[in-house]
Amino acid sequence: MKKVKSLVLAGLLAFAPALALNGQVLAQDNAVAAAPAADNAAAPAESAANAAAPAAEAAPVAKVAAPPRMKPTEGIGMPRPGEVTLQEQFSPTGHTARWLHDVLLLPLITIISIFVLALMLYVMVRYRRSANPVPSKTSHNTLIEVVWTVLPVVILLVVAVPSIGLLADQYKPAPKDALTVKVTGYQWYWGYEYPDNAIPEYVSNLLPEDKAKANGEPYLLAPDNRLVLPAGRPVKLIITGADVIHAFAVPSLWLKMDAVPGRLNEKSVFIEKPGVYYGQCSELCGARHGFMPIAIEALPPEQFDQWVLSQGGSLKGATKTAQAAPAAAAVVADKKI
Amino acid sequence: MTTITADHHGDHAHDHHDADHKPAFFQRWFMSTNHKDIGTLYLIFAIVAGIIGGAISGLMRAELAHPGIQYLHLWAQTMEGPSATMDQAYHLWNVLITAHGLIMVFFMVMPAMIGGFGNWFVPIMIGAPDMAFPRMNNVSFWLLIPAFALLLGSTFVPGGTGNGAGTGWTVYAPLSTSGSAGPAVDMAILSLHIAGASSILGAINFITTILNMRAPGMTLHKMPLFVWSVLVTAFLLLLALPVLAAAITMLLTDRNFGTTFYDAAGGGDPELYQHLFWFFGHPEVYIMILPGFGIVSQIVSTFSRKPVFGYLGMAYAMVAIGVVGFVVWAHHMFTTGMSVNVKMYFTAATMVIAVPTGIKIFSWIATIWGGSISYKTPMVWALGFIFLFTVGGVTGVVLANGGVDDVLHDTYYVVAHFHYVLSLGAVFGLFAGFYYWFPKMSGRMYNEFLGHLHFWVFFAGVNLLFFPMHFLGLSGMPRRYPDYPAAFEKWNSVATNGYMIMAAGMVIFFINLIWSLAAGKKAEGNPWGEGATTLEWTLPSPPPFHQFETLPVVD
Repeated sequence: MKKVKSLVLAGLLAFAPALALNGQVLAQDNAVAAAPAADNAAAPAESAANAAAPAAEAAPVAKVAAPPRMKPTEGIGMPRPGEVTLQEQFSPTGHTARWLHDVLLLPLITIISIFVLALMLYVMVRYRRSANPVPSKTSHNTLIEVVWTVLPVVILLVVAVPSIGLLADQYKPAPKDALTVKVTGYQWYWGYEYPDNAIPEYVSNLLPEDKAKANGEPYLLAPDNRLVLPAGRPVKLIITGADVIHAFAVPSLWLKMDAVPGRLNEKSVFIEKPGVYYGQCSELCGARHGFMPIAIEALPPEQFDQWVLSQGGSLKGATKTAQAAPAAAAVVADKKI
Repeated sequence: MTTITADHHGDHAHDHHDADHKPAFFQRWFMSTNHKDIGTLYLIFAIVAGIIGGAISGLMRAELAHPGIQYLHLWAQTMEGPSATMDQAYHLWNVLITAHGLIMVFFMVMPAMIGGFGNWFVPIMIGAPDMAFPRMNNVSFWLLIPAFALLLGSTFVPGGTGNGAGTGWTVYAPLSTSGSAGPAVDMAILSLHIAGASSILGAINFITTILNMRAPGMTLHKMPLFVWSVLVTAFLLLLALPVLAAAITMLLTDRNFGTTFYDAAGGGDPELYQHLFWFFGHPEVYIMILPGFGIVSQIVSTFSRKPVFGYLGMAYAMVAIGVVGFVVWAHHMFTTGMSVNVKMYFTAATMVIAVPTGIKIFSWIATIWGGSISYKTPMVWALGFIFLFTVGGVTGVVLANGGVDDVLHDTYYVVAHFHYVLSLGAVFGLFAGFYYWFPKMSGRMYNEFLGHLHFWVFFAGVNLLFFPMHFLGLSGMPRRYPDYPAAFEKWNSVATNGYMIMAAGMVIFFINLIWSLAAGKKAEGNPWGEGATTLEWTLPSPPPFHQFETLPVVD
């Protein structure tokens, strides 16, 4: 693991100057990208302004417009009102993990709880003093003690096999051509940087209540700028914290990783469908811990490329996109088996 | 389990001479060396701390009843002046969650379980006249007072964004170092140091007492399970607390003397703190629950009129839980970015704990099986404990799976889980023990009707309060949030209603307590009949000031 990480980092560092150059060249394309985005809604104006900031000095020749800000689908990528179970999942590991919870763990713990309750109710009624005035003196039964020791061990083994498999799945390193995005937690906002595309860091703040409402987005889940990622392409998130520990979490993608200062945590993500997926900071990080939401906007790959260009980024991965598609499909197929 | 020849006659003969000669008020309560008086002090302390900690959770539930900030800003303005900002209000939220956690863990459950019931009944149950180190026992108790004062005082001094320590009870660096300027966090750390020293002294005392002062014939394998539970707990305390002390001492030096144990910029690592903290923190949860196991074993046996089923299995299950409890700590850190092998190990090791816990649950049921049950209040609480602890335990098995924990970590699912095992487990154990031993400690019977009423109201309240938190957690609501998206409103308001029902239950408890102390029927030496076989029931209620001047002999 460590080796892989350091190699990746070394690679990133080696390419950094080249990427920066690319960025310079393409920056001129996007300065006015803000304008088309702005007609979408009031709030994205802010977002676009922010995102375009890195290109502000470049000559304003607008060629590529950012795709319009995607509208979230009610109940998708966000909690539903009064929900009693896990959010719908949109990643292969999410499906496996949700299966483990819904099909194996939840029934198992329900059955165990009901079994214990039934046993208790039985003994409570059967052996009440009026029904059984003379207590037995039995205090040992080796067979039953062995049974209730061994049986839980067997049950746990049954749980452990898929559980360990899920872990192995979740830790499968992202393929070499995966898009790398750096996520940084700050007090109290998120920063997103695309070293592969030479898009410098932009920040993502809480969208105020009135703007969220005007935008049709859930308050406290909606940030001004979203983390834009391609759907159907492997992505590698490098997650770190700038000041204190935060945690980058998106429940509908089965994604949670601490953002620890001084550490680069890696998480590979594969988003199956375009959409908006919300999350919230999940490690106590000070006063506004509850007010630094996360939103991933997963775009179809070609729209993602368009977005990259609109931000003044380079499509270093232009050829890669083509290669990545079958690989991605393979991953999906693999997971479904 | 054992037949006892106690020194009844000796006690009575000496009642008016030295056995029941009590010192004057100040000497008796402020310079006490009597394990029963110190136990009483611990219980009073725990009740006071419990009221404060419980009231804080009431504030939190009030704020969380509906989305939006309703009261928090007002409270911040009350505490920090009218110019308090929203950020100060949010910081106050973090102060509340921190205080609730620390108070309930260090100043309510531990003092009540170990300091209160442990002090009162461990010496009596093993047939000893007192604890091994009576003066150290007194020091243990009185250290808690400055510790609690420091913690409460920290609320009124700057701690970063606002007043008070807003780090969570886990005090994670770097939020607790560079993230919290001002003396509040230093005071909270010192409070933990002192509370920890108190517990270490207590642990040494219990270990020495149990290993050296058992009455003739009281072998380790004849000890009541409550004594076993306190012995295991004392070892956990002795091994875990020094690690906490080291961890928070490094926090102090990072904060004040420029060291960088937890600062990556100076070659340290914030994760180091978490490993050290949870090496203490995980045994700590067993420290809170094991004495509850012991209490429930005594009660189930007493009211079923049967010896505990599988006594040795029960005792060694606790030992196993204690041992395994030391090697599972990093399941609290599944999302910190550990390597896959480490995560697999901690997943597997954590699930192993379900085995000894299962043995205990089934052995309790087997103890009742074939018994002749009388549904006195302590038994009702103990039965509630067994079921609710099972529910809390099985969600622990879900959380143990590192891969599943990725989505549940730091959500309300975790809050639901640990409140089921602690607030519905340990606290039910506390109430069970309190009703069980109240006649012995006070010499008066509690009111049976109010005791049952307290149980049912509290049972309904806490389930309504904590069960919906599973739903909130599954659907993704993070912990330690003063405000939440509208989708989470339904179950949050249900939980707040549950809190109010629970609070009503507590009012019944206090009415019962005051009424019973003032006007309760006088209790006999053994109000529970033939099922109560441990040594405390051979003494009058309340026991003489000094018991067992002639040691009892246990066959």
